[in-house]
Amino acid sequence: MIWNEHAECMDREQLLRLQNERLRNMVSRLYYNVPFYRKKFQEAGINPGDITGIDQLKDLPTTKKQDLRDNYPFGLFAVPQSEIVRLHASSGTTGKPTVGGYTRADLRTWSEVVARSLYAAGVDKNDIVHVSYGYGLFTGGLGIHQGAQKIGATVIPASGGNTKKQIQIMHDFGSTVLACTPSYALYLADTMKEMGMDPSELKLRRGIFGAEPWTEEMRKEIEAKLHLKAMDIYGLTEVMGPGVAMECEHQQGLHIFEDHFIPEIVDPVTLQPVPYGQVGELVFSAVTKEGMPLLRYRTRDLTTMTIEKCTCGRTLARLTKFLGRSDDMLIIRGVNVFPSQIESVLLEMSETEPHYQLIVDRINNLDILEICVEVNEAFFSDEIRQMEGLAKKIKANIESVLGISAKIKLVEPKTIERSEGKAKRVIDRRKLID
Amino acid sequence: MLLKQLSVFLENRPGRITQVTKVLDEIGVNISAFSIADTSDFGILRMIVDNIDAALQALKAQGFSVRTTQVVGLVVPHQPGGMHQALEHVDKAGIEIEYMYAFAYNSKAAVIIKADDTLKLVNVLTESGYHVLQEGELMHE
Repeated sequence: MIWNEHAECMDREQLLRLQNERLRNMVSRLYYNVPFYRKKFQEAGINPGDITGIDQLKDLPTTKKQDLRDNYPFGLFAVPQSEIVRLHASSGTTGKPTVGGYTRADLRTWSEVVARSLYAAGVDKNDIVHVSYGYGLFTGGLGIHQGAQKIGATVIPASGGNTKKQIQIMHDFGSTVLACTPSYALYLADTMKEMGMDPSELKLRRGIFGAEPWTEEMRKEIEAKLHLKAMDIYGLTEVMGPGVAMECEHQQGLHIFEDHFIPEIVDPVTLQPVPYGQVGELVFSAVTKEGMPLLRYRTRDLTTMTIEKCTCGRTLARLTKFLGRSDDMLIIRGVNVFPSQIESVLLEMSETEPHYQLIVDRINNLDILEICVEVNEAFFSDEIRQMEGLAKKIKANIESVLGISAKIKLVEPKTIERSEGKAKRVIDRRKLID
Repeated sequence: MLLKQLSVFLENRPGRITQVTKVLDEIGVNISAFSIADTSDFGILRMIVDNIDAALQALKAQGFSVRTTQVVGLVVPHQPGGMHQALEHVDKAGIEIEYMYAFAYNSKAAVIIKADDTLKLVNVLTESGYHVLQEGELMHE
């Protein structure tokens, strides 16, 4: 299903003209209304009139998370505060939160892209959408809420927490769509099992999962455990919130709503564009945003992109593969390690659930990687030999994938901390900076 | 002719065993035999109890990884050489013992044995004239 065929299936030349026009408009707003950007343009010797289209994006300044911190809280807003009708914030990786300000028009745009996302997932007005993303400063809850309301679905604003009650509500109200983080989806499945509830008693048929990276294996596990089709949604507070990009039913990548968010894939070091299909850092320019329009915002997400037309008919560019973030990458003994790689190894070994934690430490100048893996009932044997064999097998598989050795520690179920939002996968005890 | 044994996965952390015995205490389950196999990181607690279903359910509800295993409860004379003679029959039959632990009750002694071929073990022992414990037998002693 396509919510806005005009925008989502637009001829790419027509789309380019629209993007060029919107970029020109954005650049002039930034130059005249945001001192931070005016200074950057002046330093680079760029006049707003010099910019004619998106082929010049590569010459424009980028925006980093640090710039938001430096201009905390409202320094990058492009309109007076009186025009801002909503504030959101995401937990900053360090220090102060990252703030997003929205005008009335921004909230309309946001609802529009979430409406498109839900339609792409096959959700419509007949659905009962259970939103377990947190409501509050986090964009997840209210973001999905507004879009679901726009398409006329029945929205249950469950928010996060109180898991058993949520399951009860899902059961009693007949929720057909679950929106939450993928790790919370697994947590819900575990809790249902604990409560002795069979997920087939529920009416769930779609999951709108995002806000943290997840693997194909995790998708399969969620689908098997919750009896629904798990769809990936992408977004970030700095750009808008959930609904920047979304999978369609063909699940061949996430369609970027390019008429609002112009994507680039760049080399994280040189910031030069990389060819389609090659891995690079995803950068967005939120060209229609009024409240806080960020130019070339560096997401730190490493991904690939294609502009091939999708089977669904959408002409929008697709993000095809997320390979982690350029900033959650661990360097262990000189080797680049992504937690998602370890998760894939664990999930390929059917015996283990994806509940794991990486603990990185430096002892006697040597990096030590310890992987705690929860022992689930399915593979618990009462023979020491078999349990030790399992630990050895995990160790060997990890070594073959990462090229480094790790200590495997088998731990009791439910001992690795799960927050009801994002899973804490990595504890890095090394002090790599002052 | 086989006994059901309860096994619990435990990390090597202070207080973990007490957590298990507390759960069993609360539901009034009695432990007849008990052993721990340990490694540097984790241990496996093995028990023969009088109400295995209740114990299993209660421990699962507390989040423990629990399972049941079929083992043989061999009754031997409680005197020097009692166990040795029985084991000679087991060796002769070529049965591999995975693990075993022993306990004494009333005036008798018993050995819990997990073997690669449990049924063969039972046959060998009964044919040699030994008594193997039946499910629930310890409760009525």
